[in-house]
Amino acid sequence: MSALRILVPIKRVIDYAVKPRVNKAQTGVETAGVKHSMNPFDELSVEESVRIREKKSAPGGVEDICVISAGPTKAQDILRTAMAMGADRAIHVEVKEGEDLEPLSVAKLLKTAVEQQKSNLVILGKQSIDDDANQTGQMLAGLLGWPQATQASKVEFGEGDTVSVTREVDGGAETLKAKLPMIITTDLRLNEPRYASLPNIMKAKKKPLEKKTLADFGITAERRLKVLKVTEPPTRQGGGKVDDVDGLISKLKEMGAI
Amino acid sequence: MACRPQLTPVLRRLARTTSELSRQAPRPQVLSLTRTAAAAGSRSLGSSQPRPFQHTPARRKDGDDFTSIKYPELKRDGRFGRLTLDHVAHFRSLLGDSNSALIDGVANAEAAADDLEPFNSDWMRKYRGHTQLVLKPASTTEVSQILKYCNDNMLAVVPQGGNTGLVGGSVPVFDEIVLSMSRMSQILEFDDVSGTLVAEAGCILEVADQYLAARGYIFPLDLGAKGSCHLGGNLSTNAGGLRLLRYGSLHGTVLGIEAVLPDGTVVDDLSRLRKNNTGYDLKQLFIGAEGTIGVITKVSIQCPQRPAAQNVAFFGLESYEHAQRAFREAKGQLSEILSAFELMDEGSQALVHRVTGSKRPLESTHPFYCLIETSGSNADHDSEKLSAFLESVMDKGIVADGTLAQDETQLRALWAWREGITEALGHLGGVFKYDVSIPLAQMYQLVEDTRARVAEAGLLGDDADGTHPVRAVVGYGHMGDSNLHLNISTRRFDPRIEKVLEPFVYEWIAQRQGSISAEHGLGLAKKKYIGYSRSEGMVGLMKQIKGLYDPRGIMNPYKYI
Repeated sequence: MSALRILVPIKRVIDYAVKPRVNKAQTGVETAGVKHSMNPFDELSVEESVRIREKKSAPGGVEDICVISAGPTKAQDILRTAMAMGADRAIHVEVKEGEDLEPLSVAKLLKTAVEQQKSNLVILGKQSIDDDANQTGQMLAGLLGWPQATQASKVEFGEGDTVSVTREVDGGAETLKAKLPMIITTDLRLNEPRYASLPNIMKAKKKPLEKKTLADFGITAERRLKVLKVTEPPTRQGGGKVDDVDGLISKLKEMGAI
Repeated sequence: MACRPQLTPVLRRLARTTSELSRQAPRPQVLSLTRTAAAAGSRSLGSSQPRPFQHTPARRKDGDDFTSIKYPELKRDGRFGRLTLDHVAHFRSLLGDSNSALIDGVANAEAAADDLEPFNSDWMRKYRGHTQLVLKPASTTEVSQILKYCNDNMLAVVPQGGNTGLVGGSVPVFDEIVLSMSRMSQILEFDDVSGTLVAEAGCILEVADQYLAARGYIFPLDLGAKGSCHLGGNLSTNAGGLRLLRYGSLHGTVLGIEAVLPDGTVVDDLSRLRKNNTGYDLKQLFIGAEGTIGVITKVSIQCPQRPAAQNVAFFGLESYEHAQRAFREAKGQLSEILSAFELMDEGSQALVHRVTGSKRPLESTHPFYCLIETSGSNADHDSEKLSAFLESVMDKGIVADGTLAQDETQLRALWAWREGITEALGHLGGVFKYDVSIPLAQMYQLVEDTRARVAEAGLLGDDADGTHPVRAVVGYGHMGDSNLHLNISTRRFDPRIEKVLEPFVYEWIAQRQGSISAEHGLGLAKKKYIGYSRSEGMVGLMKQIKGLYDPRGIMNPYKYI
């Protein structure tokens, strides 16, 4: 079996624990001064890649784990985090703040990256928690013409470059089998990401981080979609109190409920 | 962002540790919330039966857990009057006829028993009183009228805040009237230039903190019970908590208070000034008085700017000696951004792991762990300092292993390993708790000596069949403040345990000029032991103050003074 060269695309998003707020112009979510961290689904991808290496679950072994992120300079922080978790090296594609890429552009970028890095397995989060698009993995599989297994909850390797992926579907689990090269997108129950240890955080500072631009991938940040307006969901109306059962009944009648 | 809620399963451990264990979300039903959390598995030392989730009538009738029965040496003071229907009628006329202002168990004890129960017992279920009346005033005037009437009629009163205390100071012993401050919960004013907050005493700490957060400020006090505890109670017990290292004690941050004396006098010292050298600083008497000389009704407090950037690191250490060196290094290299330095021993972390099942932050186990938090205004600047510090302590071999929170979720999860200890221990059975202050060099020695003593008496063992009554002797605490929490986790009530522990622990502390109560107060639990930390002369002076402000002794009687 061929040795695995895993590509793990990751994204810097508003921290899971932070409540996002719509900006005043209603054109998007306020990102300035808000804490950012790695998309939780991407943490699962990094963790899974490192586990495949540590547990020697792939017969051919893992030759390379490369993380890649397209975003502002700050995206290098999450690339360092991924390397502290165990990735070997990182590629940062500089994208100006506010010039976010659409899923199709990301997929095109990744297609070129896969070719450049000679990857034979791409593990990526099923979606990012900022846009919730859930498209990039599928589009990338389409562009490459590779098999895809989305929303993985378990990944196992067999003989002859085969990979079995269990995915949770309505009413049970579905197991897909495909041959490398392939695309896997991760779901919540795949694993529990580790804490990066101090020695590894130190080591990660010395791991290679390659800086690139969109032009290196032959891409521009063109937008096919136009955001018209972003608004928060309507706030919940507070309830009222009634004094007794009669009060409740009259209130319900008033509302036409009974 | 729609999928954020779906993340819950993967962040299960975090969700559990953050929302259930300690950092409770603020909710209006404060008392019932604490109660449910505590009832989920804790049981008190005095009772052999596990507690049901709700207060069932069956539980109420078995009266063996009343404080008055557990502590037979406490006798009801005959000078105090018994409540009559006339008294209740008078209070009703003062407060209005609404049920929210008054819970009356005098007219019909059986009907009101369920409503009175939360006010009669503490959350650890160690203390339980017999009150028949709960009054919930809505203004300082009402508090004044109530106290004056009680003073004139010799009716004893227990002021009560969120009732989250650990020493039984906020619950009645006999039939004292409970004066609950829960309806006085308004934030009155905030000056966003100076950072001065004025609020009523019944305001919940977390509510105040969130109000301040929205304005870029932070409350100078933070503790595990913040979702339930009241500002008035925090002041009355001079609560210490997690931010003391950075922002200092309430004696420094509180600018003024308004309080009511037993004779109805309103002490109007609600200053908003940082500097005020005009005679005796009388407000300080009420901070830490545990409701024995009057009731705090309003608070004015200086709030610092909320730090824009916070980082948390978690270390494994090979010995207590290493922990001390790490602390010295942290002070030296992180100085102005260091906001917490917490110590936990392996015993306490193993028990948290057993209860929560969360993934441990470090791969291997170590005898000690410490948690360091930094707070500053510039994230890049802070992380640069922190990285330099981490590198240096790793290089010098001071810390064996460690991790640094990479995102907000990890930050909260790491804090849960410290903040969740109290509740985790509560889930495993009764706990003897000692909150002590000892010179830093000897701090952990107390845990080792106590453990050896309990083992020597043949009481200690973590065996599956449960032959030994004590499960573990653990220590953790605010290393930055030389404040240790010595906890003895037990399987069942055994009179031998208390005999082994007391007065041994207190004598040990007295020999080292430590304090037997660093931040929890004295209440009823440590009433007998005040002499180990305060001389007779000092206690005499305290009694003079008590006599001066509360000559008839109606305020929180039977407690430490």
